[in-house]
Amino acid sequence: MASPIEQFQIKPIIPVINFTNSSAFMIGAAAVIVGGLLYATRKRAVVPGRAQSVAEVLHDFVANTLVDATGKEGMKFFPLVFSLFMFVLTANLLGMIPGFFTVTSHIIVTFALAMLVIGTVVVYGFVKHGTHFLGLFVPSGVPGWLLPFIVVIELISFLSRPISLSLRLFANMLAGHIALKVFAGFVVSLLAAGGALTILAPLPLLMAVALMALEFLVAALQAYVFTVLTCIYLNDALHPGH
Amino acid sequence: MAQAQTTNATTEAHGGAHADVGFPPFETETYGGQLLWLAITFVVLYTLLSRLVLPRLSGIIENRRTMIAGDLDDAAAMKTRAEEAGAAYEKSLAEAKGRAQTLAQETRAKLSAESDAKRKALEADLNQRLADAEATISGKKAEAMSHVDAIARDTASAIIERLTGKAPAPQKVEAALNQIKA
Repeated sequence: MASPIEQFQIKPIIPVINFTNSSAFMIGAAAVIVGGLLYATRKRAVVPGRAQSVAEVLHDFVANTLVDATGKEGMKFFPLVFSLFMFVLTANLLGMIPGFFTVTSHIIVTFALAMLVIGTVVVYGFVKHGTHFLGLFVPSGVPGWLLPFIVVIELISFLSRPISLSLRLFANMLAGHIALKVFAGFVVSLLAAGGALTILAPLPLLMAVALMALEFLVAALQAYVFTVLTCIYLNDALHPGH
Repeated sequence: MAQAQTTNATTEAHGGAHADVGFPPFETETYGGQLLWLAITFVVLYTLLSRLVLPRLSGIIENRRTMIAGDLDDAAAMKTRAEEAGAAYEKSLAEAKGRAQTLAQETRAKLSAESDAKRKALEADLNQRLADAEATISGKKAEAMSHVDAIARDTASAIIERLTGKAPAPQKVEAALNQIKA
């Protein structure tokens, strides 16, 4: 039986241009997002149908998340946040289809997305506020002798953001898919073992079904968590004074 | 176990270079390709979403919002118009009521004046007749009283004639009556 981590293998499709199964599913996710949203909004109906309602709910959901965290001026980052949310959500959900590759189960992908967020925060922070952006590391109302420690702690906390942001998504996707594979594997093993053990085979199957439901929740939840944290970090770039 | 090994062997045969699987997410030689395609995909996705999809989606939502706001404004304007019409109606109703009231008052005053005049004329007429009647009565009474003497004289003459068999001298009767009246 195949190893539980076999599903994460990168398999070349067109080696010359480094096009792999991962690349295919990235493009697939993007195609699903753009195609789905264009299809949903094709009628531009004032009274939306089902598909258009979903598109509008997604739009309003991300917009509300962003505005709640950063205020109205954060809407200039809306395309970025919406792209990130839709990409992570779609990649996570596409990975739930049996046999499909999960783009976000690779640390390099989630880390790249996290660095995109932190990079945006740092670049925008310095461009907009100059050195005042460094005030992010110096909270107001802290006694002088405590300040060096606080600055160090704030700096470490800031630097660990891309790591925690990327690790959270990566680890959730990886662990969920491994657990699913392991329990599905138990079903096969028990059936193959024969005798009394065969009777037990439905138990891991039930577990796999329950895990599947949980993984769908995790897939959507991690996309949301990634988006909320992105909004909170962007808020630091917009209002470094807090 | 034997079965597992066979499957593994098949995988090796198919997988080729990936036969000796490490932990795929930590295989650094795949990073370059993933980053390259992630960058391409995400830039294209971002561009399409920000240039094409999101303006359309926001446009739909914004369009609906302005349409609803416009409809609400229209409704508010119509409500104001309806209220104005209502106020105008109330006003004209009040005017009509006022006019009706003055008209009624005038009519009542006219009617009462007329009836007053009639009543006065009637009273005067009645008084006149009363006075006439009283005058007639007193005339008749005086006339009757003037006849009383003659009747008394004739009666006395007749009584005396019956008692004595001979008519008395009128002067004597006259004198006797005057004596009694005095």
